[in-house]
Amino acid sequence: MTALLDDLQTLQLRRLLEAGLPLVARPYQLLAERIGASEEAVLDQVRRWNDSGLFRRMGLVIKHRALGFRANAMLVMDIPDEIVDAVGQRLGRAAGINLCYQRPRRLPDWPYNLFCMVHGREREQVCQLIAALLAEQGLSDVPHQLLFSTRAFKQCGGRYAPPAMPVAAHG
Amino acid sequence: MQIDALSRRLIDRFQHGMPLCAEPYRAMAEALDCSEAEVLACLEALEHGGGLSRVGPVFEHSRAGASTLVALAVPEARLESVAALINSYPEVNHNYLREHRYNLWFVVTGPDQAHVEALLARIEAETGLTPLDLPMRAAYRIDLGFPIGDAP
Repeated sequence: MTALLDDLQTLQLRRLLEAGLPLVARPYQLLAERIGASEEAVLDQVRRWNDSGLFRRMGLVIKHRALGFRANAMLVMDIPDEIVDAVGQRLGRAAGINLCYQRPRRLPDWPYNLFCMVHGREREQVCQLIAALLAEQGLSDVPHQLLFSTRAFKQCGGRYAPPAMPVAAHG
Repeated sequence: MQIDALSRRLIDRFQHGMPLCAEPYRAMAEALDCSEAEVLACLEALEHGGGLSRVGPVFEHSRAGASTLVALAVPEARLESVAALINSYPEVNHNYLREHRYNLWFVVTGPDQAHVEALLARIEAETGLTPLDLPMRAAYRIDLGFPIGDAP
């Protein structure tokens, strides 16, 4: 019978997980020590979160720019509302698209409602891929723009847990 | 950064999922037929080289709390100071400079919608710039990482 984490420990664990697992042989043991719980209780909670769909995925989170994928374009398009779902689903399945979301327009400043992310090593290669994709999907005439990123000021995971939760000092 | 063969195998194999057990790095090592020490050394090197953000969960933001994509049109002369201010908020991740009149793009996350909206109001008050608030309406493809087998 495993002791469950209390509410405070559960929140503390979530916050610690947002920063990633420590690179030690028994990372859950180390997290457990920091919140005053057992390794087993921590692992149980993480498994429950994983099973419940709180995690989109669990694994290595890489920084693509540092690994040579320096050409990162956000393709934004203005797609009529009646067909945006269908177009989004088609683009979401297309090779080379890493992410495809619908977002609201903010007129008059921002007329685009469909966002795709494309990563590549060279800018020219990304431009060609996107031009080919738009042609193939019959979208070449749709109003669109390519926003290349030229600098990453910050790249880390989201912090969802409420701030200012006390966590025991490391070690 | 240069990445070696083991780094590539680790990234391609364990970006989408990893063993959820007491000794995950040992389990990764067994799957790749190398030692746990090699896996840990490799991950540390990747982290120090700036190629690894972390190992662990990526939260599903619709379940984990509230989030939105935000853009600011920052005058060139103020770019460094506004970017530094935006970076200073723990709720902000993925802050990028992009080629557009709206040149600063970042994601804001928080425990709930009210928290996110309060931060947007604070950003507007502190910068005098009106944020473009672009929450996700539908996801057609989510970021699951991508193969880096042919990375330089």
